[in-house]
Amino acid sequence: MSAKMKRGQTGMMGGPLQANVFPNVDVAANLIKRAKRPLLIVGSKATEKKTNDGDIIDSVIRVMKNKKLTVVATGHLISEFRKRGVEEANSMSLIVLGKYLSDSDWKGFDGEGQYDIAVFVGYPYYMEWLVESGLKNFTKLRTISLDRTYQPNAQWSLGWMPEPDWREALETIISVLEEEA
Amino acid sequence: MSNKDLNIKIDELSSTLGTFKGLQIQIGKLIDEEWEEPMGPTPFPSVGTLRDWDRKLLKRYKPYYMPICDLCCLCTFGKCDLTGDKKGACGLTQAAQQSRIVLISCCIGASTHCAHARHMLGHLIEEYGRDTPLDVALNTNVEAPHIRLVCGYKPKTIGDLEEALDYVETQIVQLVATAHTGQEGDAIDFESKAFHAGMLDHVAMEVADISQISAVGMPKGSTEAGMTTMGFGSIDQSKAVIMCIGHNVLPSVDIIDYLMEHDLFDKVEIGGLCCTAHDNSRYDNRAKIMGPISWQIRYVRSGIPDIVVIDEQCIRTDILEEAAKIGAPVIATSEKSMMGLPDRTHDDADEIVADLVSGRQKGVLIIEPKKVGEVVVKTVLAVSPKRTEYKNPSIPSLMEGIDRCRGCSECIAACPNTLPIMEAVNAARNGDLSLFEGLQLLCVGCGRCESACPENLPLLSYMYAASAESCKGECYNVRVGSGAITDVEIREVGRGIVFGEIPGVIALVGCANYPKGGSEVAVIAEEFLKRRFIVLATGCSAMDLATTIDDEGQNLYDRYPAVFDAGGLLNIGSCVSNSHITGAAIKIANIFAKRPLRGNYEEIADYIYNRVGAIGISWGAMSQKASSIASGCWRLGIPVIVGPHGSKYRRNLLGAKDKEEDWITIDARTGQDMYVGPVPEHLFYAAETVEEAIVLTAKLSMRPNDTTKGRAVKLSHYIDLHKKYYGGLPDDLELLVRREADLPFTMKEELLEHLKAKGWVEDKIGMPDPTLLNRLVRRRE
Repeated sequence: MSAKMKRGQTGMMGGPLQANVFPNVDVAANLIKRAKRPLLIVGSKATEKKTNDGDIIDSVIRVMKNKKLTVVATGHLISEFRKRGVEEANSMSLIVLGKYLSDSDWKGFDGEGQYDIAVFVGYPYYMEWLVESGLKNFTKLRTISLDRTYQPNAQWSLGWMPEPDWREALETIISVLEEEA
Repeated sequence: MSNKDLNIKIDELSSTLGTFKGLQIQIGKLIDEEWEEPMGPTPFPSVGTLRDWDRKLLKRYKPYYMPICDLCCLCTFGKCDLTGDKKGACGLTQAAQQSRIVLISCCIGASTHCAHARHMLGHLIEEYGRDTPLDVALNTNVEAPHIRLVCGYKPKTIGDLEEALDYVETQIVQLVATAHTGQEGDAIDFESKAFHAGMLDHVAMEVADISQISAVGMPKGSTEAGMTTMGFGSIDQSKAVIMCIGHNVLPSVDIIDYLMEHDLFDKVEIGGLCCTAHDNSRYDNRAKIMGPISWQIRYVRSGIPDIVVIDEQCIRTDILEEAAKIGAPVIATSEKSMMGLPDRTHDDADEIVADLVSGRQKGVLIIEPKKVGEVVVKTVLAVSPKRTEYKNPSIPSLMEGIDRCRGCSECIAACPNTLPIMEAVNAARNGDLSLFEGLQLLCVGCGRCESACPENLPLLSYMYAASAESCKGECYNVRVGSGAITDVEIREVGRGIVFGEIPGVIALVGCANYPKGGSEVAVIAEEFLKRRFIVLATGCSAMDLATTIDDEGQNLYDRYPAVFDAGGLLNIGSCVSNSHITGAAIKIANIFAKRPLRGNYEEIADYIYNRVGAIGISWGAMSQKASSIASGCWRLGIPVIVGPHGSKYRRNLLGAKDKEEDWITIDARTGQDMYVGPVPEHLFYAAETVEEAIVLTAKLSMRPNDTTKGRAVKLSHYIDLHKKYYGGLPDDLELLVRREADLPFTMKEELLEHLKAKGWVEDKIGMPDPTLLNRLVRRRE
């Protein structure tokens, strides 16, 4: 396994079908940009992970200018958005969201239908791993992990990178999506 | 009750009908004529008997699978790749494989409690006699609600409990067989079988606990349960220290008896870790609680124990190696965990002691509890004076090797909670131990970091070194496990619970695999105690909630009354005491509502599901036993929330609140179908954060039978907690408010405006006499 394939937790091996690692961060940005109904899913570790904007929530708030992108906060994270004056983010439990994303009849948060790509960031490693496993096994949904370590059950993962590199990668993706707004 | 079948053999019988040779007449069980209650429809249910009930629940709470392994490697066709829509060589799908593993996990859990119960019961019958009366709780007639409900008989003596265990063992064999290659193939049928395993588990736990309560004299209710202490500071290190680890109290009982008989409590301290600790203190509250399972390594590394006694379950399997590091001999006492030790059961006690004290043997296996008592006490008295070099190890000795850290971060990748261990190492190398001190509060004590370290650094010793001084002062009051809820208590609170005026019963159950340390259990408990829920605790959770103290040095046990009533906090006891929590729910249906209990599982479960606002929370659920305990709750209609690590159980049972058709219930008064809203919304749920779990707990306390007053109380807690932790109103109130009278008075205007904006219509959600069972309809319209 290459250095880029280093997992966030040693024992959480992937199965026969494992995530592709983005060859460069522009591919990640463009994949999300090209999606028709992208969903950005933000987890409870978002306040613990520092970015060029402050933390992941600050970066997500920045990208929310792109109205094509739907944002959902899981756990009780919505309170952080509200504390920062942002009311547009949606809130749903991660497990329940996983179930809805597995339901082709789900109408989404806006009633317009199922999403075509799910982008995860800010999660306890194992919980993201498991939810992406459910999606990998039981849906055709495209999934992307923007977290700093390789997530084998996503369809695409940033792979492992040093923290400064990850911050820059996230900055690039946010900038590309922000430009589209 | 007899456990003997009637079996008549006649060699030759001449009658008017003719001559019969080799005649044999066999009649099954003799029915106890003294129990007037008629037999219900499902005594001793087999694997498929309650399938319809399970399917009703599983239709509403569909399994949501998250495979933790995409492969199956259980037969030689494998490994089979089941990813996506692939099938294994046997034809099994991924969904069925996940549910199959859930079943296997529940079977392991149920087998563990059943084996525990069998060992316990066999020993107690031998020691005290089959006719020892069952005396479980004060002023209590319903002594064994699970056995009465599931098996359909009323045990009177501990000998009568064998029948229940025979049944459980037989059923578990049937269940395990269904997991063989080429047997069951349907995911929902696997789930139903997992429910069956859970139901059996609660019968087995009940046998284990009521037999030990009756025979060895543990507390028979909250009024008999005093206090003991827990933590490093609770152990008097001037005495010789015995450390008992596990779940089976029998060897410890004989150690305590030996100490009493020889008047040695002033020379010897006995402490326990994990559930044995609870049961030791239930037997004699001079026995101390050393801590939960997560403290196992750090307690041993402290050097405090002079001898380690292991019984069964949740023992570190490298305990022999750990104990050897501190010069403490190990006594294994169960055939289930012999640890490779020589069997000295039949040897002379003094010879065994001599071998242990001299160090010729680092540990021995002794199966006979009385001999364990004698050997352990004699050994600890002789070993303790020789172990001074190991006690209170110096900080430099504990920090040995830290400069060898390569900075590879394998420790972090191995940690279940991805704790920043390497940063703590770097700081410690510069003399700053504060990071390690902070980590200790979050560490689950699994030791994977050490195992992963290429330099074999003793990282957990570093953590202990950083907090050794503060650990010495740790001494928390813990209420002794009270055992079963008495019939009197049930009568007094039954109405309040069923009508929703006592907003709910929260059971904090189980292990210590927490995402952010044990203090979160206390956060959950206090939030609901303040709101006058009834809070019950068992196992490691009952210990961990003791470790959070307020400014006045008091913990929750000090501050909240030990009553089964609103705002009361009870430590029920060990793992096997969990049967009393579900047992209390069963007794509410039977004693308060007078629903027939005998072999009447569906009706009682239907009652609990629709009326009793009980919720299980296993915030640090880790084991297979935790899965079977939870499964027994699901079949009774009791929702269970686990912490984020519980997502590794690989499936949740989730309701779809937006699908009205899923929430149709029958009105038993008229037979009409009625929409009741999504209550309770989920049956098994892994929460990402403790705040999410708290808010969900308040929501899951709602039941279709709530009175308007009861629903208003529950809604007020749900709304208030949602505002507190999510920063605004819930987005699903229109699904939970049935009529204006449900609205909490102080929030009425605000909520009505909110509901109108959502298009809420009064009385769309019905208030039936709720049931899922057609046969309970009293009159059809």
